[in-house]
This record gives sequence, C-alpha cells and structure tokens, in this order.
Amino acid sequence: MSTEARKPPTQIALKIRRVLGGKTGWNGIAVQFVFAAVLGWIAYEIVSNARANLENQHIAAGFGFLRNNAGFDVNQTLISYTGSDTFLRVFVVGLLNTLVVSVVGIFFATVIGFIVALCRLSPNWLLSRIGELYVEIIRNLPLLFQILFWYLAVLAALPNPRQSISLFGLAFVSNRGLVIPRPIGESGFEAFVVVLALGIVASLALRVHARRALFQRGQVIRIWPYVLGLLFGLPLVTMLIFGLPFSFELPQLKGFNFAGGSRIIPEFVALTLALSTYTASFIAEIVRAGILSVHSGQMEAGSSLGLSRGTTLRLIVVPQAMRVIVPPLTNQYLNLTKNSSLAVAIGYPDLVSVFAGTSLSQTGQAIEIIAMTMGVYLLISLLTSAVMSVYGWRVSRSLGA
Amino acid sequence: MSDITSSSFVRQDLLNERPAPVKTTGFIGLVRTRLFNSPTNILLTIVGALLLWFTIIPSVKFLMVDAVWTGHDRTACLTETAGFAVGACWPYIQAKLPQLIYGFYPEAERWRVNLTLVLAAVLLLPLLIPRLPSKGLNAGLFFFAFPVVAFFLLYGGGITGFGLSWTAGLLQLFDDSIIGAGRAVLALSKSSAIGPLLWVAGNLIVLVGTAIYWLIFPLTWLRDQLQGTGQSVWADFAITAAIVSLIAFVLGGGVRTGGRALTSSIATFVAIAIVIKLMGLDHGGLPVVSTNLWGGLLVTLVVSVTGIVTSLPIGIALALGRRSTIPLIRIFSIAFIEFWRGVPLITVLFFATYMLPLFLPGNFTIDGLVRALIGIALFTGAYQAENVRGGLAAIPRGQGEAAAALGLSWWKTTSLIVLPQALRHVIPNLVNSFISLFKDTSLVSIVALFDLLGSLRASFSDPKWSTPSTAFTGFAFAGIIYFIFCFGMSRYSLFVEHRLNAHRRN
Repeated sequence: MSTEARKPPTQIALKIRRVLGGKTGWNGIAVQFVFAAVLGWIAYEIVSNARANLENQHIAAGFGFLRNNAGFDVNQTLISYTGSDTFLRVFVVGLLNTLVVSVVGIFFATVIGFIVALCRLSPNWLLSRIGELYVEIIRNLPLLFQILFWYLAVLAALPNPRQSISLFGLAFVSNRGLVIPRPIGESGFEAFVVVLALGIVASLALRVHARRALFQRGQVIRIWPYVLGLLFGLPLVTMLIFGLPFSFELPQLKGFNFAGGSRIIPEFVALTLALSTYTASFIAEIVRAGILSVHSGQMEAGSSLGLSRGTTLRLIVVPQAMRVIVPPLTNQYLNLTKNSSLAVAIGYPDLVSVFAGTSLSQTGQAIEIIAMTMGVYLLISLLTSAVMSVYGWRVSRSLGA
Repeated sequence: MSDITSSSFVRQDLLNERPAPVKTTGFIGLVRTRLFNSPTNILLTIVGALLLWFTIIPSVKFLMVDAVWTGHDRTACLTETAGFAVGACWPYIQAKLPQLIYGFYPEAERWRVNLTLVLAAVLLLPLLIPRLPSKGLNAGLFFFAFPVVAFFLLYGGGITGFGLSWTAGLLQLFDDSIIGAGRAVLALSKSSAIGPLLWVAGNLIVLVGTAIYWLIFPLTWLRDQLQGTGQSVWADFAITAAIVSLIAFVLGGGVRTGGRALTSSIATFVAIAIVIKLMGLDHGGLPVVSTNLWGGLLVTLVVSVTGIVTSLPIGIALALGRRSTIPLIRIFSIAFIEFWRGVPLITVLFFATYMLPLFLPGNFTIDGLVRALIGIALFTGAYQAENVRGGLAAIPRGQGEAAAALGLSWWKTTSLIVLPQALRHVIPNLVNSFISLFKDTSLVSIVALFDLLGSLRASFSDPKWSTPSTAFTGFAFAGIIYFIFCFGMSRYSLFVEHRLNAHRRN
C-alpha cells in the first residue's frame, strides 16, 4: 500500500496576482491602475490639443500629403528624381542618401579605426603616442564641429575647378567636390558579374566544407589557392574571353567646370570625412580594449603548443578578441548611422535634411513627417539590436558548450 | 694538507670589469628599446616623425608664428597688408569674443552671466574633490538651489506667489482638465452607439472633477485672499513655510525626534527668504532678458548643465522602473528607454521644436530654448537610465535582502542602501555621458539657437572680418574651448575610476 505525494493546492488567485502585479501583489495592481490613468490622461490631453491646434492651422492630418508633388530639387539622388515627383519619392531618395553615406562612412571608419588601434598597440613608442594623440583630439571635439570644420574651412579653402588639384590626372579635387572617372558597362559586363558572383559563392562553400572537415574529422584542408583562383583567376579568364567588363570615362575640364566623370558633392565628402574619422577614434579604443582583453597566457600557450605567431594570432587571439569587439563595434556603426543625420547642418540631402527639413517646412505635417523619420531610425536600431542579441546568444552558447 | 690559497680552484687575481649593461631606462633607453631596436621599428619611427612634421609644424606655424595679433578689421589679416602669408587672425577673435561668450546678451547685464558662472564654479569645484566634507549639502545646493537662482539671474523677472499659490494653480489646472475630459465624453455620448455607457462614464468623471474642486477649495480660496493683500509673496511664503515645516516635524517623528527635521526645514526657508530679498524677486526682480538674446558659450553651458541636472533623476526613475516587478511600469520604462536611444538627437530636437507645441494647449507658448532643453533632458535621461541600471545590477542581491530583513521598506531600501552604492559605482560612466552631452549641445545650433558653434558660424558671415584664414581661426578657438572642457571631464572620470578601483590594485 503506497501513498502518493499529494499535489500542492492550485492557488489560482495567487498566480493571477503574481502575473498582474508582480511581486508586490494587489499593491502593484493598484499602482498600475493609477499609472495607466495618468498615462491615459496625458494621451487624452495630447490628442485633444493636437486636434485643436491642427484645426486652427488648417492642416489635414494623415498621410495623404505623401502623394502630393514635392516641387523642389535634390542635389544628390541615387534613383531618378525630379521636382515633380511625390513626397514619398523624396522620402526614398533621402533614405537612400542616408544609407549610402552610412555604408561608406562605416567602411572608412573601420579601416582607420583598426589602423589607429594597431598604432596604439605598436611597440614603437612614437607611433603609439601618435595614435593616442589622434584618439584624444578627435574624441574630445563635437562631431558637428568637425563636420563644419571640414565643410566650411577645409573644403571651402580648396581652389575652384579651373585650378583644381589633379590626382594622377584621374580624379580632381576642387571646392565644387571630387570628380572621379565613371565606369561604363561594356559587352563583357554581365558575364563578368555572373562569374564573380559564382566565384564568391563557391569560395564560401569551400570554406564551410573545410571547416566541417576540420571540426568533424580533424582534417586540415588548404583552401586558399583555390579561393584565390576562384576570386581572381576566373574573372580574369572571362575578361580575356568576353572582353573588358567596363571602361572608365575620364573627367575633363571644359570652361568653368568638368564634363564627364561622376561628381561627388562636397557635402558628401565633408560628411564622410568627419563621420569616419570621428567614429574611427571610438573604434580604435574598442579594438584596442578587445585585443588587450585576451590574456597574454593565451599567446604563450599557443607558442608552447608549437603554433607560429601568425597562427596563434589568427586561431587563438583574434577569435577571442572578436567576441569582445563585435557588440560595441556594432553599436558604433549604429551611432554612425544615427550621426549621419547631422548632414542637415551642411545641406547634404539625407533623410532628415530633405524629409524632416524641406518637406516639413513645405507641408507643415510635423507629426507625420517626424514620426516617419524617427520610425526609420528606430527600425534600423531595433533590427541591429535583434541581430546582436542573436549573436550574443550564440557566443554564450559556444562558451557554455 | 696544503694551504687553501694554493688550491687551483681559487682565482688569484680580480676579474676584469664587465661593461655596464645597455641602458634601458631614461631617454636614451627609450630611444634604444622602443624606437630604434629593429629595422621595422626604425622605419615606423621615421614614418611617425614625418607624420608629426607635416601636422604639428604647420599648425604651430599657423597658430603662432604666422599669426596676426593686433588689428581693427580684415585689412590687418590680409596677405597684401601684412606682407607675409597670414596664419591665424586673432584680432577677429578679439572682436567677436563677447558674441562668442554671451551672444546678444545686453552689455549692461553681462555681470549677471559672470556671477552665475562664478556661482557654478564655486559650487561645482568642492563637489568634484572627493576629500572635502558635506557632499550632501553641496550636491543639494548645486542640483536644486543653483538652477533656480541661475534662472532668476540669467532670465530675470520676479514671482507673484509662492508654494501655496503654485500648488493651488496646478491642482486647479488638473481639475479643469478632468472636468473638460468628462464634458467631452458626455458630448460624445449623444452621437455614439454605446451612448448610455459613455453617459455614465462622462458623468462619473465630471463628478470626480467636482469632488476634487471642493476638496481643493480651501487652497484656492486662501490663494485668492492672499492675492488681495499687498504683501502676497511674503504672506504666501510664511504660510508655505509653516505648513512644510509642520509636515517635516510630524514626519520626522513629532516631539520625540522631529527637532532635526524642523530646524533643517526652517534653515532652508530662511535661506530661500534671503535669496528672494537679495534678488528682489518679490517686486519684479531683475529686468527680463529674453532667451533669443542668449548665445555663445552661455547657451552651451546652460543647455549642458540643465541636461546634466535634469537627466539624472529621469535616468534613475527609468532605471528603477525597468527593474521593477510591476509589469506595466517595466514595459513602459523599457519602451521609453529604447525609443529615445533608438533615434538620433537631431530628430529629437526636431520633435521638440515642431511637434511639442502641437501637443500643448493653443494659448500656451513655450520658449525655443526650453523646447530644446526638454528634448535633450528626455534623450539624455534614457542614456543615463542604462548607466544607472548597470550600477544597480552590480549591487549584490544580499544588500537588498539584508535591508528587507531589517524591516526597511522598498523606498528606504532603494534610497538608503542600493542607490548610493550603485551611483558610486557608475560615476565614471555618468561623467562619460556628460561628455557626450556637452558635445551634443552643439546640435541646438541646427534648431536656430546660437550656442558657441552657432555664434561662430554666424560670425563667419560678417564681411568686416572675411579673410581666407577667418574660418580656420574661428575653428581653432572654438576647438580649444571644446577640447578643454571635454578633456578635463574625461581626465576627471579616469581619476574617479582609479579611485574606485583602489582596492583592486596590487
């Protein structure tokens, strides 16, 4: 005869209390009611005031204005745009300009940041001091100050197009911007692109295969000659068969300005310069902290196992440093994207400048336009933080295993 | 047995002196070990030296050697008149200095700005030196008393009432809004499908509003009586002081232990009375200087100090809310923090400038500077919340549990046990946020406020001083000011961090 353990009584009231009010129980529920009432009251005040104010100013609420004609020009567009296009298209044009300046800025910021970090870590005393000087000066000056410095002082001091500085006769720097050769697609273009894409995919597949072989069977496969061949050899061969993929149209001085080539507007140059040098100083500190965070015993252990210095760095130090570096690095990329909104100060046509600036002053639809602009940035940062939390979860899982 | 000296193992003569080891300390040692110890390093040293040569030398030449130091207008800074390639044009800074520091603040009133800056320095410096005593009083003065005094000094104007009138006015506003909402619901009920339900709800809200009206009636009546007398400020002040001191006395423990609370409350009110009398707030105060005349470094400092003072309480409240177990409060705090952290500051300023006025009642205009301040306070508050949260997470659970075991309430546990430790942990992070706040204040120049950078930009367009080197000179000057402030703060944060980690050093 056995007695089974009795089930604990189901305390439904307790559970409900816990879910609704947290640890504090009924008190918590009461606090929530008061809080909700206050929030509701504030929301009511905001909505009723906004409605009254909009009525007074004769502004129709809603997103109907997006279909109206914008009627102003934008001096850098990635997609075709004229003054007779809609405000929705202005929004897309501005968004694309923001993305372009962010991507270019992120690329240069990463390159400069890693170089400065290596300088700071260098055993050479002079070089590490120079790295420190760079970081301290750039980090302690406001970004807007630097943007205006490049735009109003440095770029404005450049000569006019007729006396522009020539870079090997290919590109020209003047106060009207940077003129570079424009690539023009030729007959071999499609084949070149297809082969290049194939090469990239094949190299990635090769790498996955090699890693699987290493982790599962302990077999080391040397893949770099094949990767090199796939990425450079194959496109070269296609070029020989199908002809050149593209040729360059060189800019030429005609009268007071350049004909041919593509012009990069000075606002873009100033913004990219300031954003990338400013963010680079933060990236340099992050990279340096990441590399210093790997215990020196790791390097010693690697060499005691007979690994060369390069292999130890590549297989032991860098992967561990990357775990520390990547989250704050993404944060800096996000910061750079958000900071690109300072473009409005120098008139680079980014999202804030053309949409929250010009479009807002033309239509007066403050609520809709600012909500849309904020929504874009919010979406970008929420997506990034979602990706980062997946990354953090994977790192903690690999550490736990 | 032979003598020990004859043993062949013992050396007869002295060894030759070995050469001194290679010096590895001092300047020579540094040069030898860290600059020229290998071919790569020699190459890197040369590259570095060239880099310095092409940046430092031209800068020094521009700022000092080729600079023009005296003059009255642009002609002094032109190459034709000076006779050499002109570097920095310092007379331009000299001429524009008042504008860069005070903006268009009237010249006769500038002593008020100077006095405020001196007051700030006198209160802030002892707060920053850890060894000095009475941090609580000092912090109270800087964070609560100073902002109010600074407002009346910089803006001017006086007061017509005191605590009692303000409370009555605020409560009346709140009550009016409730009754208004009730009336709106009642009006809606006539044309709605759920009319009866809305009718009941509307009447209920109006009833609550009326009840509150009668509840606060004594206050409003007293205020109206006070407005009638000639000395409304002082009468109001006396009544407020009496009420607050009585409450402090009772809450402090009554006759048994309330004496301390009573004396400190009376001392506070005496100090307030002295300030009111000194600045003549009861009869108009100083002449009003409208904020659109403010500019330059003044605006930069006002915005950053206000941001610092207001963002910290917002941040603490949000951080506590985010750690709360009450679901609605936690969800609200998370949403609030993530929203403000996810958008750029410039869109926040646009929001504050263009959207905020739409949310306020039509007859209520709000100053441009105040709008920017609200935006910056919310934005920085969200960042400070994350800093404070880090500090709260660093406090071991045992601290809170021990406090609970001693029978302390949640409020006492938080304010006496957890928060003081948490805040001390995160001082370096808070200071770093203040640095970025100080740098971010330059963004207000985009929404038409003339801070240091905005005034500088405005001064470039003055034809009297337009020379090729004007822009570079202006940026050099503003850059030096920004750098001094930010670098000073970052060194201070390092110093505090070092002090906090003293027990971890070996």
